[in-house]
Amino acid sequence: MSASTAGAAMHLTLHVWRQKGPKDAGRMVQYPARDISPDMSFLEMLDTVNERLVESGDEPIAFDHDCREGICGSCGLMINGSAHGPMKLTTACQLHMRSFKDGDSIWIEPWRAKAFPVIKDLVVDRGAFDRIIQAGGFISAPTGTPQDANGLPIAKADADLAMDNAACIGCGACVAACPNASASLFTAAKISHLGALPQGQPERKRRAKAMVERMDLEGFGGCTLFGECQEACPKGISLDAIMQMNRDYVLASATAVEEKVHADSA
Amino acid sequence: MTLKLDAKIPSGPLSEKWDKHRFEMKLVNPANKRKYTVLVVGSGLAGASAAATLSELGYNVRCFCFQDSPRRAHSIAAQGGINAAKNYRNDGDSVQRLFYDTVKGGDFRAREANVYRLAQVSVDIIDQCVAQGVPFAREYGGLLANRSFGGAQVSRTFYARGQTGQQLLLGAYQALEKEIARGGVTMFERHEMLELVLVDGKARGIIVRDLVSGEIETHVGDAVVLATGGYGTVFYLSTNAKGCNVTAAYRAHRKGAAFANPCFTQIHPTCIPVAGEHQSKLTLMSESLRNDGRVWVPKRRKDCGKAPSDIPEADRDYYLERKYPSFGNLSPRDIASRAAKEACDDGRGVGPGGRGVYLDFADAIKRVGRKAIEERYGNLFEMYQRITDEDPYERPMRIYPAVHYTMGGLWVDYNLMSTIPGLHVLGEANFSDHGANRLGASALMQGLADGYFVIPYTIGDYLASNKLEPVAEDHPAFVEARAAVEARLSRLLSVNGSRTVDSFHRELGRILWDHCGMARDAAGLKQALEEIPKLRAEFWRDVKVPGTGAELNQSLEKAGRVADFLEFAELMCLDALHREESCGGHFRTEHQTPDGEAKRNDEEFAYVAAWEYAGEGKPPILNKEPLVFEHVHLSTRSYK
Repeated sequence: MSASTAGAAMHLTLHVWRQKGPKDAGRMVQYPARDISPDMSFLEMLDTVNERLVESGDEPIAFDHDCREGICGSCGLMINGSAHGPMKLTTACQLHMRSFKDGDSIWIEPWRAKAFPVIKDLVVDRGAFDRIIQAGGFISAPTGTPQDANGLPIAKADADLAMDNAACIGCGACVAACPNASASLFTAAKISHLGALPQGQPERKRRAKAMVERMDLEGFGGCTLFGECQEACPKGISLDAIMQMNRDYVLASATAVEEKVHADSA
Repeated sequence: MTLKLDAKIPSGPLSEKWDKHRFEMKLVNPANKRKYTVLVVGSGLAGASAAATLSELGYNVRCFCFQDSPRRAHSIAAQGGINAAKNYRNDGDSVQRLFYDTVKGGDFRAREANVYRLAQVSVDIIDQCVAQGVPFAREYGGLLANRSFGGAQVSRTFYARGQTGQQLLLGAYQALEKEIARGGVTMFERHEMLELVLVDGKARGIIVRDLVSGEIETHVGDAVVLATGGYGTVFYLSTNAKGCNVTAAYRAHRKGAAFANPCFTQIHPTCIPVAGEHQSKLTLMSESLRNDGRVWVPKRRKDCGKAPSDIPEADRDYYLERKYPSFGNLSPRDIASRAAKEACDDGRGVGPGGRGVYLDFADAIKRVGRKAIEERYGNLFEMYQRITDEDPYERPMRIYPAVHYTMGGLWVDYNLMSTIPGLHVLGEANFSDHGANRLGASALMQGLADGYFVIPYTIGDYLASNKLEPVAEDHPAFVEARAAVEARLSRLLSVNGSRTVDSFHRELGRILWDHCGMARDAAGLKQALEEIPKLRAEFWRDVKVPGTGAELNQSLEKAGRVADFLEFAELMCLDALHREESCGGHFRTEHQTPDGEAKRNDEEFAYVAAWEYAGEGKPPILNKEPLVFEHVHLSTRSYK
């Protein structure tokens, strides 16, 4: 079936997490979603339901969204227990209703993690991710006149590896999918992006140590290599990044111990 | 005319203006910088790069964004690339050529001096981004790769797969987060600017709403920088993010900032066509696809319903290659968009409603192999397939033009300062560099040029040259602005009518698309100018905004934005109506050459139209900044 021939409308039943605010206990509420076109995106389906809720005097379901093309990382919904829903490598905004069948029931919940407190309904606070980046997810290169961009050749394989990891959109699906609510894939993606490049070497150890410590401080769980994050990641970030992070972290910790011994004996 | 529009273009030869100006501008002593507070609104390429750089210099910066993180600003969605006059390909590029291509591409409605500076600093941007770890595409030898973009015959576009905007933004975002950690920048996420505050005629602060608590906050500063993006979502359907809006810029306009060329909007030729009434936004397929894709429609109307594979080569009209042989599929955006509209108006469009043309990769796949195409555009092909359920490796893509970018914006001088002293405007929010049509891969260049390399100098000159009295939050100007914001929010909440905010937005979008879209004429624009005030009146009479102001209320956020769009749309149509010529993205059907090309009128319209707010219910006042072309010969733009 191609999009050029509109499919028959579907009637669905939604079970949606409603929570008025951070202190409200929250609960699942059932809503009908009638006359849904298979060509709608998942968020367009929610728009349609929300329009009807407003018209009938109810409050619409709050959810984060912005670009609706799978790159800004705003949207994040647990759909039938899967982060971003059933399609692999697809954010909720890029998921289309043709992935569902007429008569389906759909359960929609926010990301659930201690480090991502619910603000309202399906909207959570992902500020912890920004704070992990603040801890060291950058290369200190103040604006100025650095060397010519081609003055530093970088092997294509290294640049490609950096790009693979830099593709992370910071949506938080990895945390939501992880039984431990670990942010390891997110953190590791940035460590591996910057660590794959020569520009990233001077701060490599400091970065790994500081970011991992910040991640723990924010209340994310530890990584026990379940691999759910890799499955859920809409950008296909690989578990290899976590191996890299662990190596960098161990190396950085060992260096820190060595440095302390030197300092103590001096 | 009541405003004195002084563009403050430095004297001297074009190529020396910026160097000379940089030397002549006043500096703020390093120890004094921390005494100044700069409020940066917006955290996209322009906002994040400005906030980070100003903080690195020592200024005390506060940065605001409505998203939950600065990393989500809409710059993130730019796909294809960023231009720079590096001439790494040895194919004849230079600062002069990038300057010339940009002025010509903009159909001679941009300011020469600004564009020249943009071309000059373009080379520094690439160096800066590489130093930050932006993973640009590279060749096997380890050097940077380039691709071609529309409107240029050299290969000067740098890219990171189909996610260049994302990678550049993450570079700027990481620099910003570094400065947040250092304490130089205080970040206010989920905060929306709802008013600009002037004290003694100077921009001294803003009123914002904390979108989570609903609290109205006052922020006082020594200068305000708006980097709040474009207003394409006024059309409802566009490639912009859902949250993009004109509120910050329009509020500043009402406080005295002239709005320049609001009718200059860009319709991008390669977007996925509309699928149905439920459509909430349109998705761009990067212009870079036109490097390898060939655009065509059937020669005969009766073939439109056939499967594309059943239409033999001889029955296809590769209309861009036919009409513009030297630029072909890489013709500039305005020209490619109009050509697609013409083909569809002629009844030769494909797909639902006949509003689509093919973008075909079969020849490219034959030439370089599927793997090479996958490497170049893999993520775009996947996105296309997810949305349409069609496989573009097997069947040509269907594309149609969609609103994408707005060249118009708040008027700024050479220092990027608006007509309000102390209010600076960067990136898409200003009007300065792209004239009546922006070339592909130039938006990222401009955002970063403004933020990394222009404002850090010019804001220092402003602060060092002006004596600013200390102002407190309880200054009457702030108290008054805050009260106005609160009253407006209460008014939106108290209408309690029967129609949703989105239904008004959709209706406004249809009016604009029909009458102020790809082709415009006086009759249609006049009709729009009658319909918009009626719709606005209905909005204030019948809109329904549930919930309260003291909580996260997404309906209230949208309502405020749509209310501003309903006023701003009128300004757009007025501007389009007054500009009795066709240029770039502004195509007036009354003004075309016999073969259907845009017919400029340089005698009468070689100026920037800077509209001044005259008060509630009064027609805005037109001010003109004449455009003087000393280095580029005004010619009829030809891509034939």
